[in-house]
Amino acid sequence: MKQSGIYKLAKKNPLAVIGIVTCVIWLIAAIIAPLIAPYGPFTQDLPMRYDSPSTEHIMGTDHLGRDVFSRVIWGARISIPAGVIVIVISTLFGGLYGAIAGYMGKLTDEAMMRVADVVMSFPPIILAMAIAAALGPSIMNAVFAIVIVWWPRYARMMRGLVLSTKEAEYVSSAVALGEKKAYVLLKTIVPNCVAPLLVMASVDLGNAILIFSGLGFLGLGVAPPAAEWGVMVAQGVAIFQYWWISFFPGVAILTVAMGFNFIGDAFRDMLDPRLRRQI
Amino acid sequence: MSSNPLLEVKKLKKYFPIKSGILSKTVANVKAVDGIDFTINCGETLGLVGESGCGKSTAGRTILRLLEATEGEVVFEGQNIFNLESEKLRELRKEMQIIFQDPYGSLNPRNTVGDIVGAAYIIHGIARGKEKRQKVLKLLDTVGLREEHIDRYPHEFSGGQRQRISIARALALNPKLVVCDEPLSALDVSIQAQVINLMRDIQQQFNLTYVFISHDLKVVKHISDRVAVMYLGKIVELASKKDMYSSPQHPYTQALLSAIPVPRPGANKNRIILEGDVPSPVDPPDGCRFHTRCWEKINICQEEKPVLKDLGGGHFCACHRR
Repeated sequence: MKQSGIYKLAKKNPLAVIGIVTCVIWLIAAIIAPLIAPYGPFTQDLPMRYDSPSTEHIMGTDHLGRDVFSRVIWGARISIPAGVIVIVISTLFGGLYGAIAGYMGKLTDEAMMRVADVVMSFPPIILAMAIAAALGPSIMNAVFAIVIVWWPRYARMMRGLVLSTKEAEYVSSAVALGEKKAYVLLKTIVPNCVAPLLVMASVDLGNAILIFSGLGFLGLGVAPPAAEWGVMVAQGVAIFQYWWISFFPGVAILTVAMGFNFIGDAFRDMLDPRLRRQI
Repeated sequence: MSSNPLLEVKKLKKYFPIKSGILSKTVANVKAVDGIDFTINCGETLGLVGESGCGKSTAGRTILRLLEATEGEVVFEGQNIFNLESEKLRELRKEMQIIFQDPYGSLNPRNTVGDIVGAAYIIHGIARGKEKRQKVLKLLDTVGLREEHIDRYPHEFSGGQRQRISIARALALNPKLVVCDEPLSALDVSIQAQVINLMRDIQQQFNLTYVFISHDLKVVKHISDRVAVMYLGKIVELASKKDMYSSPQHPYTQALLSAIPVPRPGANKNRIILEGDVPSPVDPPDGCRFHTRCWEKINICQEEKPVLKDLGGGHFCACHRR
C-alpha cells in the first residue's frame, strides 16, 4: 500500500506534524475568531470577575469579568500577524541591505556592516524595550521596535551568501552579456541566495511572536485593554490565586512559538540539511 | 582572412593588491598580467597558452573588462574599451563574449536553458516572448541541442551539453570576438573533440574571432592560427602556429613543446625537464622572468628584461639569446 505524504512525514519528522497541526489550529482560530469566541474581547461582566474555569467560561474570567477563552482566541489576531509582519519586513529590509553591502564590497560594505554590528551589539530584548518605550505603547510601535533589532541578522546572513555567490561564473557571464549592475544583483545573485534566508525567517517566526508578547508583558508593547497575550499574562501575575488569567494566554504563547519553531526546523531540514548547525 | 586588427592589447597590466592591517594598506601586488601586447585580426584564432597561474585567464577577463585593468589599453575596433562609460560598454558587450571553463559554474542553476541563452535578448531589448524562444531554438539547433532541451535546467545536462549551452549563450548577440577561457579542460577527451569541432564550425558560420585560452598545447595547435605563450604574466613568444610548433625559439616554449606526449610507443623523445618551480608572481625575478629555470641563461638575463622582438615573419620572442 502506498503511504500518504502526511503519514510519511509524521514517521520521519513527528515534530513537524505537531508544529503544522498546532499552527493550522491557531491560524483557523485567528481567522474565525468571531465565530468561535463566545464573548467579545472587551465584553465585561463585573459581577462575574475572577470566576474560575467553568462550563460558562471554560478558561475563567479576569479582573473585569472578561472571558479569558474569548480573549485568548482574539489575541491570536494580534500576535500572529504581528510576528509575520516583523519577519517579512526584517527579511526584506535586512536581505536587501546585506545583499547591497556584499555586492558593493569595499568601503560601502564596511560602513553598512558596522551599522548592523552596532545594532547587534545590544541584547535584542533590551534594545527593543528601549525603542518601544521611547515610541510609546502601540502595536505598530512594538512591531517597529522588533524590526529594528531583528533585521541585522538577515543582513549578515545575506551578505555572506552574496559574497560567495558573486564570484560564480554565471554572474560574470551576466556582466559579460551587458546586464546592468542592479539587475545582476537582483536577477542573478539574489535568487540564488534566498533559500537559506527563507529558512532562517521561518525558524525565527516563533521567536518574533515571543519577543512581541514579551514587550506586551513588560507594558511596552500593546497597551491594555487590547487582548494581547503578553498583556494578559502581565495582568494575572500579581494575583496568582486566580492562575487561569495568566496561565491560558501563556499556553497560547508557548504553543504558537513552539509550533512555528517546529515548522521552521522542518523547513530547514527539507531545503538544506547543511544548515542544521548554523541557524 | 582579412588583416585589419579587431583587437589590440597594449601594455596590459592587471595587479591584484594584497592588503593587510586595519587600514587595508596594500603591502604587495600579485602581478597576474604584467604588460602584455598583442593584436588579433578579424576572423583568426589566437591561442594563449601557459601553465596554470601564468595569468592567461586573468588576461582574458581583463580584455573583456570583466576585471578592471591596472594599466594599459585594450582597443577594440578603434575604441579603447577601458575609457568607455558603462552605457557604451554595455553596448559594446554585444560584440565580445566569453565562454568559461567550468560548465557547471557558468550556468545559473535557477534558470532554464531558454532563459540562460535568451537572457541577452532581454537585456538588450532585442526580443522577448515567442520571438525570443524562436531565436533560442535556432541557437540550440546550431550548437547541436534539441528543441525539448529549452525548458530544462542546467543540472539535467552533461558537461559537454552544458558547454554547448554556454556556446549558444555567447553566440546569442552575434559577437565578433569570443574569449574562450579553457572551454575544454573540464571535459572528457572524447567530448573535447566534439566541442572543438563545433567551435570551429561556428567560427566559420558566424565569422568569429577567438582568443583561445588553454594549457593544452595539442588543442591549441588544432584550433589556432597564431599562438602566444605566457610565462608569469608576460608573453614570451608569439608566432604563427606553424612556426611555433616547428621551430620554437624561446627556451620555455621549447620545454613546453617537448612535454607534449607522443602517441607512439618508443618514439624518440627529448624531453626538456625544467628545474625548480614557477617563481611567485608577487615577487617575480629581475631581468628575464625565466632565468631562474633557464639552461641557456647568460649574465644579462638576470639584469635586463628582454623585450618581445620580431625575429622575422611575425615570429616574436622575448629572449636575449635570440
